[in-house]
Amino acid sequence: MRHLLSINDLSATGAIGILDTATELARINDGQVKKLPTLRGRTIVNLFAEDSTRTRISFEAAAKRLSADVINFSAKGSSLSKGESLKDTAQTLQAMGADAVVIRHPASGAAQRLADLEWMSGSVINAGDGTHEHPSQALLDAFTIRKHLGKGASDLAGLRIAIVGDVLHSRVARSNVLLLSMLGADVVLIAPPTLLPVGVESWPATISYDFDSVIPNVDAIMMLRVQQERMTDLFFPNSREYSRYFGLNSERMSAMAKHAIVMHPGPMNRGLEIAADVADSARSVIVEQVTNGVNVRMAILYVLLAGGPLEVGSN
Amino acid sequence: MSQQRFLLRGGKVLGGQASDLLIANGRIEAMSASISDEAATVLDIKGSIILPGLVDLHTHLREPGREDSETVASASRAGAKGGFTALSAMANTSPVADTAGVVEQVYRLGQEAGFLDVFPIGAVTQGLKGEQLSEIGAMADSVARVRVFSDDGNCVFDPMVMRRALEYVKKFDGVIAQHAQEPRLTVDSQMNEGIISSKLGLKGWPAIAEEAIIARDVLLAEHVQSRLHICHVTTAGGVEIIRWAKARGIQVTAEVTPHHLLLTDDLANSYDPVFKVNPPLRTTKDVMALREALSDGTIDIVATDHAPHTSETKDCEWAEASFGMIGLETALSIVNKTMVESGLLDWAGVAHRMSSAPAKIGHYPNHGQNLTVGSVAHITVINPTKSWIVDRDLVVSKSRNTPYHGYELPGLVTHTFFGGRATMIDSKLMDKVV
Amino acid sequence: MSAALSAQDISRALTRISHEILERNHGSSDITVLGIPTRGAHLAARIAAIMNAIEGKEIAHGTLDITLYRDDLRLRPPRTIMPTFIPPIGIQGRDVILIDDVLYSGRTIRAALDALGEVGRPRTVQLAVLVDRGHRQLPIRADFVGKNLPTSEKQSVKVSLTEIDGVDEVVIEGEAN
Repeated sequence: MRHLLSINDLSATGAIGILDTATELARINDGQVKKLPTLRGRTIVNLFAEDSTRTRISFEAAAKRLSADVINFSAKGSSLSKGESLKDTAQTLQAMGADAVVIRHPASGAAQRLADLEWMSGSVINAGDGTHEHPSQALLDAFTIRKHLGKGASDLAGLRIAIVGDVLHSRVARSNVLLLSMLGADVVLIAPPTLLPVGVESWPATISYDFDSVIPNVDAIMMLRVQQERMTDLFFPNSREYSRYFGLNSERMSAMAKHAIVMHPGPMNRGLEIAADVADSARSVIVEQVTNGVNVRMAILYVLLAGGPLEVGSN
Repeated sequence: MSQQRFLLRGGKVLGGQASDLLIANGRIEAMSASISDEAATVLDIKGSIILPGLVDLHTHLREPGREDSETVASASRAGAKGGFTALSAMANTSPVADTAGVVEQVYRLGQEAGFLDVFPIGAVTQGLKGEQLSEIGAMADSVARVRVFSDDGNCVFDPMVMRRALEYVKKFDGVIAQHAQEPRLTVDSQMNEGIISSKLGLKGWPAIAEEAIIARDVLLAEHVQSRLHICHVTTAGGVEIIRWAKARGIQVTAEVTPHHLLLTDDLANSYDPVFKVNPPLRTTKDVMALREALSDGTIDIVATDHAPHTSETKDCEWAEASFGMIGLETALSIVNKTMVESGLLDWAGVAHRMSSAPAKIGHYPNHGQNLTVGSVAHITVINPTKSWIVDRDLVVSKSRNTPYHGYELPGLVTHTFFGGRATMIDSKLMDKVV
Repeated sequence: MSAALSAQDISRALTRISHEILERNHGSSDITVLGIPTRGAHLAARIAAIMNAIEGKEIAHGTLDITLYRDDLRLRPPRTIMPTFIPPIGIQGRDVILIDDVLYSGRTIRAALDALGEVGRPRTVQLAVLVDRGHRQLPIRADFVGKNLPTSEKQSVKVSLTEIDGVDEVVIEGEAN
């Protein structure tokens, strides 16, 4: 595997390999070791054409713990905001000798374009492209779910996971539906019908419009961020009505199974899709998702960059 | 009047019996089983099909304004390469073709290029804005004799504007060619709304956005008893509405593009904007409905919607890229592949859909005529047994945005004659038409 | 192909190495035994068990994965990372005995020294291997050797252990020269 553009680039075995690698890296990171020499001399560029402090910092920490050199290239003040094309930017990165580009971009498919057009020879890692995919987020979510609910299994067979909210515009939801179902979990999508894409019936997930009926039967609830601008686009009448039907409040949390966890990819709209006391509750693994993010991204960088030219898992 | 004489030996007129055909004095001078003429250049076209010169009712020539992507001259040559003897220059140039001055300029550029006739299409509204009618009468009375009006690229969305336009062109039996796209349902839309768009996270373009306008406009055309033409129909539902309207006697005609007869929305999986087009590629079900409709006459014509774009507007992210694909040079091969080889059309049917029917809709004089002795020699020859591989680096158009790069297509256009003058012989374009 | 070392040879060698380690270090109290996965980790467990029996007390032992410290990562497909387990007493100021199955180029041991350096600062680091096959590329030698097996570079030395392979033996594969 050269690039990570979509969960479709991974097999179940490959995905589990990344989660296992992340597990070992987490153990090392928990000990005294802060830095590994594994990617010494490699250059990783964080190309962020869209603001995302948490994802950028997470990839940066991951790369630095593996001793890679990191160059941050963000939209503000860079040539991307001055109308320079993706192609020209990629060719510049190639000239700088980037071994990998971690790209966040507002256009769906931007990461794939960067990879397919051979504008540069390094690996491309999709850190979120438009409303398409965000594979590293799904991998860290799967890692978090497996750690809490996996009971030692390598996959997620038998678990039932609800993804709640703006599925239509969510790259986190698209990647998670593909990955969690590939790892054997049952995925339920819960949203107002306006926030589910036409064609969602072809996804490996079931659909529900009724949050309350699903809550007692799931092992994890993943809340999606609701962008403020959705309200002006007629997707729902107002934020109060949205919260009433699709927000996770403490009353709904009390209906969850005892072992079930609450997740959110961040950044949260407290009081809209998730109540503050839910986000801060003992069930919430939201802060831990951030920690796990670094370990999972180290594993991704390790798998893509540490080896030679042969395929992962070819032995 | 051309002094050239050509003797086409052994070709099959509209796919019928093999015969010889003599072109002289700009006309078809003779047609019979065996002709001899010592003064003529003899061209052996045994096994090939002789068609009337193709007429495109929907071409973007980009001049004036975007001469970096195409010019009237370069599109004329690309048209001749594809077997066309007439193109229709869409109005969305810069400046917009909404005055007699612009349409006369484009018409004159076509005459100067000399490879085929360029018939300008006038804008329905000033600046394609959909608000005020453009100088429709002046364009109709100009040297260019404009009969087709379209805001193509934009939909004439306001029903009152559409009504007035339909009424106004009745004065000279003009036609309004509607780009059917409900704007509110297609804000920032990128591709057909369905299973593929849901996976790719590209904003959906619902079929209903096209069908709703078609339905509205056939009713308007019926009400004001005028002629309506629907540009580039892409959906099975649109076909049903047109079928219903025709059965009701409404004066509606419709076109389909070669790419909508062949390509489907799953090509967007590559995120390669060469497949980004307006209206978008649809599903296999739609493609099959369009082929059937073209076969049974519900859809009257094939039009290319040839839309050249420079590489920088396609070498980018999907959402940033321009809509459109070039199609003049591949049109007849695609129709051969999708309609003739599948048995849905014979060559006489191709001649109707790609020559006589569009010429009739646009009232283009001397085009789309029957291949009979005495008629103006606009002639296209295709060798249906020869296939060719599309190479975007070898296209005649100034732009390279063909979706068929690397495709092997059946049927090679070998000769084109425009008013008796050869514009292409043995698949080689003339440098100059004399 | 006959075995270069039989099960009995391996057993004897490990017992001898265990005695030598204890002798050299004047007993077991400051020793931490670390095996390099995968086979070195099993050998370390066996040596620790032998020393436990001799000394009558628990020897601190664990594993040390060196994958992330290898200098040949780019020459091969990515390898799976194996568990590292440092016993609670740690390695600070201790006599660390690294255990591996075969000593060859010395690069694995170099990586192990780097990995150890990240964990702490031992008083001494000593190396015990079941087989030394020669062909060193770095100035590294073993303190305790089960058996010296002269080989050519074209040959490979295959160590089998019951824990993984169901049998204890060492075989030299391929033609000499």
